[in-house]
Parts: sequence; C-alpha cells; structure tokens
Amino acid sequence: MNHNTSRFSARDGASSLALLAGLLGLWWLAAHAQWVSKVFLPSPEAALTSLFDGLRDGELLSWTAATAGRMLAGWGLAGLLGVTLGAMIGQSPSARAWLQPTLELIRPLPASAVLPIAIAMFGLSPTMVLFVVAFGAMWPVLLATVHGLASVHPRLYEVAGALQLRPMQVVWRIGLPHALPDILAGLRLSMTVSLIVSVVGEMLASQGGLGQAILLAARSYQAGELYAGVVLLGLIGFISNGALAMAERRLLRWQRR
Amino acid sequence: MSEPLALSSPVGPGRSRALPAWTRHARAWVLPLALLALLELLARTRYANSDALAPPSQALQALAGALTDGSLLSATGFTLSAAALGLLLGSAIGAALGAVLGQSRRAAAVGFISIELLRPVPSVALIPLAMLVFGFGAAMEISVVAFATLWPVLVLVQAAVRQVEPQWLEVAAALQLSPAQRLRNIVLPAVLPRLFVALRLGSAVALVVAVTVEIAANPNGMGYALMMAQQSLQPALMLGWLGWIALVGVAINHGTLRAQRALARRMGEPAVAG
Repeated sequence: MNHNTSRFSARDGASSLALLAGLLGLWWLAAHAQWVSKVFLPSPEAALTSLFDGLRDGELLSWTAATAGRMLAGWGLAGLLGVTLGAMIGQSPSARAWLQPTLELIRPLPASAVLPIAIAMFGLSPTMVLFVVAFGAMWPVLLATVHGLASVHPRLYEVAGALQLRPMQVVWRIGLPHALPDILAGLRLSMTVSLIVSVVGEMLASQGGLGQAILLAARSYQAGELYAGVVLLGLIGFISNGALAMAERRLLRWQRR
Repeated sequence: MSEPLALSSPVGPGRSRALPAWTRHARAWVLPLALLALLELLARTRYANSDALAPPSQALQALAGALTDGSLLSATGFTLSAAALGLLLGSAIGAALGAVLGQSRRAAAVGFISIELLRPVPSVALIPLAMLVFGFGAAMEISVVAFATLWPVLVLVQAAVRQVEPQWLEVAAALQLSPAQRLRNIVLPAVLPRLFVALRLGSAVALVVAVTVEIAANPNGMGYALMMAQQSLQPALMLGWLGWIALVGVAINHGTLRAQRALARRMGEPAVAG
C-alpha cells in the first residue's frame, strides 16, 4: 500500500482521475438515458443537489455529526476497554490459557446480533446503541492486544526480570510497545466495526443519524437523499480510515528505521 | 460451583491423549460453562420475569422447538446460502480485479482513486439501496454480501499476484505465453494458497454481513428469527438463536481453517516430494 502511494506519479494521478470521471460519466449517462429506473438511480447532479440542500439546511450535517460522534465514542470506549482487558489477559500465561478459548468463541459472533439482546435489556436508547458499538468494536482490539503481548520474546521478560521491573512496568515498557503494531491493526478493524454497528443501531433503534436517514429515504423512495447519505457514510469511512493509516505510519516509524 | 461441572463434562477425546492436552481442553470449557451456570441461576431467581434473560436450559428447549417446527433449518439454510452466493459473486469480481491490478502497475495506478473511494463505504449503507432495487429477499442480501466481500478479496489477491516470483514471469515471457496462459499456468497456481486465505476471511465477513442484513431489514434467515424472538418477548428463544448463530460462526471458521490447512498440505506435497 505504502509503496503504491509513494510511487504514484502525476501521470498516474491524471489517469486515475480520468477513470473516476469516466465512471461518473457512465452514471450520468445511465441515469439520463433511463437505462436504470430513476427510482433506484438518481442523476449525479440530483444526488449532489440533495447533498448540498441537506447540508445547507443543517439536517444532513447534524445527522453526519451524530453518526460520526457515535462511531468515535464507541471506538474510543472499545479501544480503552480492549487494550486494558487485553493487557490484563495477555501479560499472564495462565489467564490466557483459561480465557483465550472463550474469547475466540465470541470473535465470530456478528456484533449486530447483540443488538436485539441489548434492546431487550436496555430499551431503545442512545446509550444502548453506544454500548453495542463499544462491545462489538472491542473484540478486534482485545484479541490483537492479547496476541501482541503473547508474542513478546521470552528473552525480553528475562531482561525485565534482571532489571527487577514490576509487572505493571513490564506491560507498559515492554509488552505494549511490542504489541503496538497488532493493537493499531486491531484499532483500524475496530473503527470499521464501529461505523457499521452505529449505522445498524440507528436503523433499528430509530436514533437520529445517517443510518436512520438512509433507511427512511429508501422507504419514501427519495433516491437523491439516499445517495447523499451513502456518500457521506463513505466519506466518514474514508476520512477515519485515512487518519488512522497516517497515525499508524507515524507511530510505527521507529520500527522501520 | 463451576470446576466439578467442567471437569466432569465430556470434552473431546480425553482418554487416549496425554494428561496435559486433556487438561488444556478442559480448561477451555471452564469459563463458558461457569458463565452458563451463573446465567441459569440468575435467570431462575433474580431475573425470573425478565424479557431479556432466560435460563440456558430453556434456551436449549426453545431451540429444540425451532428444530422440530423446521424454522431452525430453513432459517439457517437461507442465511448460509445467501452468504455463500454473495461470497461467490463478491470474490469472483474481487479476484478478477485483483488479478488485473496485481499484474499491471499501470492498471493499479489507474484504478487507485476509484477503489480507495468506494472501498471505505460501509456495507450496511447499501442495505437501503439494495432494498429499493431488489425488494426483500435473497437478492438484496446477496448483493450486500458481495459488496462487503469484494474488497478484502481484491486487496489480498492483488498483493498475492504482485508478489509472484519475477523469475516465473520471465519464464512465461520466454515461453511466449499469452496473458491468458500466463494467468492460468503461472500466476493462478502461485497465488492459490493465498486465494484460499482470502476466501476464508471472506467467508467470515459474509456470515457476519448476511446476519446483519437480516437483523436490519431482510425478513428472512437467522438474523430475522433472532429479531422476531426479541420483538415477541421470548427471551429463551432469543438467546437460543444467539447461541446458535455463534455456534454456526465458530463451526464455519473452524471448518474453513481446516480446509485451508488440508489444501496447503496437499499442495505442498508434490513440491516436497520433487
């Protein structure tokens, strides 16, 4: 990936943009020539008009902020819980032996499958959705932290013993820095899960946000608004992913030398 | 409370193996069984009239009821076939694109911006669109699963193809193979093991997305059954479905992992023998 972007020349950029323009042109043609029904496929300019109108009257903007805020809050909680619990489990071989099989059992469970249970327990509330987002997004971080700590070379622990470091210091100075690449990869996956569960939670629990907005737009056959919402969700995904990738590159610079 | 329960439980082929392995397997079951026992106790005493909690024993009974009335198998069959068809469609497109982008730097550069803009769109954002286009049913679910599985397969296959030994490609050039022949005889065999890794990851994604689509919108399959059990205030049935969905996920992960390992072994054999 990194090599890809660094060798990206001006010519490549131009042809890459040309393909994007071509795809948009194809969309324009498909909409105007009525290859596809207008109910599913609004023209690009109609989608753009919905996007700008929605942003101008503030509604779309507040929904975007609500969804992005939910995603970030859930992700932050998930990261905090995942790293803390993961460090507690990962630094002790016996805790790993007792707990890890159970963690692996929960891993393939779809995060959204927890939503019905959370609705039954807590009702339809923003806190409930946040809880499910954090719960679902916690697993990638937790398992990555456990894995990262488990793969620390035993020699390093011997060094820590020789230096008479306390267990907390060992985790903080040796374990977590060693596990950092794993943790960052987990955090990235966790961000994706956060966005997905936020959107599904808004759809199911009628919480204001882009998830609810696109569902309502589809139900009332407002294709322009639907596409505007999907574009904004794509933008949230694009920006959060890009920001994390950048943070990862900076934080892991020491590794590559 | 939990320890004797766990140790007396039938865990794996215990007797024939050495003690350490046996205890290791037993240890894995202690926590889940303890949690289930705790839930059983709480759901029978303190939360006896809860809409959210039910004793696991009753959840098992409710699941047995779903098995006898046929809903368990039909819902599982729907979800699994929609996930499989979506995976097939998504990975076919993803692998084809990945093969093209991996073989040509130029193609990768041209596709770069479009792909990087489309890839981060969360798959669930397409649920309302798929609903509008296909209505409820298998087609909408398959399309969303296909979109979700396309990207990881594309990225993994592109990376695998890009890393094919340059010398093998030189051989292809020396033999004056056509691009199609080169793909079939050189590239495909070289990337096959990693193609299966991509498919295994894709299958996990496919199941998660299929269940999510059913929970969010599509009135079919295991996800919808779970949602219905909640809405009709049947906590035992709800927890039964949750457990079943988890079990299906574990079984698929386990099965695909074993299949992938078996395949890697079989593909490795000729190389070792020769």
